[in-house]
Amino acid sequence: MNFTSYEFILLTGLILVVYYCVPKRFQWMFLLAASYGMYASAGWMCLVYISITTFSTYLAAVKISKLSGQKADYLKEHRNGMDKEARKAYKDSIKRKQKVWLWIALAVDIGLFVVLKYSNFFIGNINALCSGLEQWKIIPYTEFLVPLGISFYTFQSMGYLLDVYNEKENAQKNYAKLALFVGFFPQLSQGPISRYEDLSRSLYCGHEWNAETVCFGLQRILWGYFKKLVIADRISIGLKTILAAPEQYQGIYFGVAMIFYAVQLYADFTGGIDIAVGIAQAMGITLKENFMRPFFSKSIKEYWNRWHISMGSWFKDYLFYPLSVSKTMLRISKKSRKLLGEEAGKRVPVYLTTSIVWFCTGIWHGASWNFVVWGLANCAVLLVSRELTPVYRWCHQHFSLEKKKWYPVFCVCRTVVLMSALRMFDCYRDVRIPVRLFFGMFTENNFSELWNGGLLRLGLSMADYIILLCGAVLMLSVSLVQRKQPVRKTVSELPYPVRTALWLLLFTAVLLLGAYGQGYEESQFIYNQF
Amino acid sequence: MKKKGVRLVLTMLVAVLVLWFLQRLLMPKYMSGIPEGAMIAEYYDSEKIHDVIFLGDCEVYEAFSPCYLGERYGISSYVRGSAQQLIWQSYYLLEDTLRYETPEAVVFNIMSLMHGEPQNEAYNRMTLDGMRWSASKWKAVQASMLEEESVWEYVFPLLRYHTRWQELGAEDVKYLFSRDKVTWEGYLLRVETKPVTVIPEPIELPDYTFSGYAMEYLEKLRVLCEKKGIELIFVKAPSLYPHWYEEWEQQVDAYAAEHGIAYYNFLELAEEAGIDYRTDTYDGGLHMNLSGAEKLSDYLGKKLVEVHGIPVRTGEETYQNVWEPKVKLYHEEIEKKKSGVPEYE
Amino acid sequence: MEELMEILSELHPEVDFEQEERLVDGEILDSFDIITIISEIADTFDVVVPAREIVPENFNSAGSLWKMIQRLEDGE
Repeated sequence: MNFTSYEFILLTGLILVVYYCVPKRFQWMFLLAASYGMYASAGWMCLVYISITTFSTYLAAVKISKLSGQKADYLKEHRNGMDKEARKAYKDSIKRKQKVWLWIALAVDIGLFVVLKYSNFFIGNINALCSGLEQWKIIPYTEFLVPLGISFYTFQSMGYLLDVYNEKENAQKNYAKLALFVGFFPQLSQGPISRYEDLSRSLYCGHEWNAETVCFGLQRILWGYFKKLVIADRISIGLKTILAAPEQYQGIYFGVAMIFYAVQLYADFTGGIDIAVGIAQAMGITLKENFMRPFFSKSIKEYWNRWHISMGSWFKDYLFYPLSVSKTMLRISKKSRKLLGEEAGKRVPVYLTTSIVWFCTGIWHGASWNFVVWGLANCAVLLVSRELTPVYRWCHQHFSLEKKKWYPVFCVCRTVVLMSALRMFDCYRDVRIPVRLFFGMFTENNFSELWNGGLLRLGLSMADYIILLCGAVLMLSVSLVQRKQPVRKTVSELPYPVRTALWLLLFTAVLLLGAYGQGYEESQFIYNQF
Repeated sequence: MKKKGVRLVLTMLVAVLVLWFLQRLLMPKYMSGIPEGAMIAEYYDSEKIHDVIFLGDCEVYEAFSPCYLGERYGISSYVRGSAQQLIWQSYYLLEDTLRYETPEAVVFNIMSLMHGEPQNEAYNRMTLDGMRWSASKWKAVQASMLEEESVWEYVFPLLRYHTRWQELGAEDVKYLFSRDKVTWEGYLLRVETKPVTVIPEPIELPDYTFSGYAMEYLEKLRVLCEKKGIELIFVKAPSLYPHWYEEWEQQVDAYAAEHGIAYYNFLELAEEAGIDYRTDTYDGGLHMNLSGAEKLSDYLGKKLVEVHGIPVRTGEETYQNVWEPKVKLYHEEIEKKKSGVPEYE
Repeated sequence: MEELMEILSELHPEVDFEQEERLVDGEILDSFDIITIISEIADTFDVVVPAREIVPENFNSAGSLWKMIQRLEDGE
């Protein structure tokens, strides 16, 4: 269910009220019922899909955990009777059994995820590849109902399973509790991908009504809606106009689209996370932060540590590291060093794993090639900037850049521009279009469009631009103030009438300025002929 | 603790008040320009002692004048018409009306049988926004909504009109807490004249059968009237277009005959009623002007009294007291309009 | 231990690995550094660091790294 639908808001409000009315020990059960209810409203099949993932994960985790317990008991019992070799042999035998369970569950989770989300991507590619063949019958596209949040809950489940496999977590023996962890409704729309370790701490225990936490939660939700409805959904009107006609909007319009998309994506995504975290907070449940003012980053590396943190760290912990230390990679490392010499050879496995990780990151974002290109472009920028580290160091020493006041600002701007430019791969299915348009910015001199009224023909009025500007300034100020302490805390220290007025003002702003519902146009209401 | 509770309640009160005020401010007032949007709400200000209630779309609120009927025939009536009123809306408006009064007869203009599904959001709003809240309104909203509409936008119209802050004008402030009368007991007074010059060729339809949904509501309307002891009367105003097809006429005829309902088709009775399409329409044949409406009211008024036994209230004090000032103003308004208004463009 | 210090200071000559105890939490080592260290450890000590051992606690200081290596050498 979409965050911005009336039904979602209404149901969430209702859930919050009931949540604090049921006895504390039943709260988590009620949450599960509510989450599944929300899910079912998107279609019964969604409930079936999420249950398959939950069940396979549950079963494998319990089995793996049991084997770990068995192993510990056995080793303890035979502490004296076994030599090192025997212990290792026994451990390996257990590990093998655990691996079977792990792979079965991963196969089910990934399999379902891939089939639902990527079937049409594969079919499209196969059709394209084989279109030259004679007698090739075009494979029809599938019509699966892709469950909301499948990318999030599948990854969350797999993370949990791997944690159990690595003995970082004990398996959750209560199926319903695991089902709640996988299907906790605030996360299903835009994430974050929570870790079992973090979420389980506050998910299952009862929560007493606490006016302050609830207020903070609600305030965060409101701020999320402001970002989403007032900024993101408004700017996307202009963005859509530009993206829909790449032939018409060239040159500087690509720059405009870059800015629009950066703002839209930031406001929409962080707004969504604010809503999710806020809903959880209002129920006393802590979700981990997913963003740390990413646009203040001084490098791409830093940016990726601060943007969509839960996804980045997922890929790092569950794909990058295991892949890097896998036997295959170590073998490749040895071979490449022998072949290419120490310096170059060392890089081969690192480059390879990084590329695989970014390929997956790209395709995780969307089932089409432009997302893959986007992922690999990020990878390339990261690797190049890493290789250039000596150059940077040299520059820093020679020009003592670090002492210059403008240098950090320059770094921040560089990151923003670079990330915004790369992001444009998201917007066009045909990868060549953003590349061509990007260079067109420098050759096609139509800067005058910026002030000759061209911007007012994108579906945004002057009033819209003013609202956007004020909204962006507000977001920026919040980010700046936030560095010391959460803005909600700062506001809560103000006198009651002032802070109440402020929140009421924000609420009214969302209500009046939000780009939701059916826009009012007088002309619609002009009476004609009936 | 207690202090905090009081503070919270006060805050909520202020918040609700602010939102209510904003809603009032932002909702269209329909006082000038498009009075059709203000018609439904106006009914609640009337005296609700009506013997005849008219239901239907523009064809009914431009064709029958309750002031004329009252003055000439002593019939107490009200037109609960609205722009593109769909048949389920007519039904629920009758339900709504029955909460206040039970008339002797309901006159329903059957034109809306042509629509079997929700048509237009703007017209939905003009008919439904003015209704007072009741189960009937809820059901009317549910029946009328287009796919992109949400019932919550009816419950809280602020959600629908929130972007209107860009169009706010003096009218919105002036009519914040009051409204002017835009109709004469539901009749929209038009005195201009624009003769019929062309009648568009009717388009051929793939299917002339009225939709099951529309017929279902016609049946509901009939049953409700029967249950309440109200006589149901069908009319078809003499609009030359949109075209009234022969196939449609047959279906209405059949239904009326089956259930013993009187049916006056003024397309056929136009000559008898004295309608002159050169002088009696204000927009070239779609709607009647005052002259046309008075001729139709004359014809129907006679029938209502003579055939349908609608009580003549002339001389009854309650009615006389209500009518006299109204009829006086009505004539003044007609004089004013006739002298001031240019030809209809 | 000396060999380990060599690996580390080759990677980040500017860091004082004797003292520093927040190598990961203080964002001194990034993921690339970590896998470089792991592959160097594999070469030097013939110890394979499994994925499950890659947690900040094990990489935050030279001391904890050394402890991890010893533990892995013991085969526990």
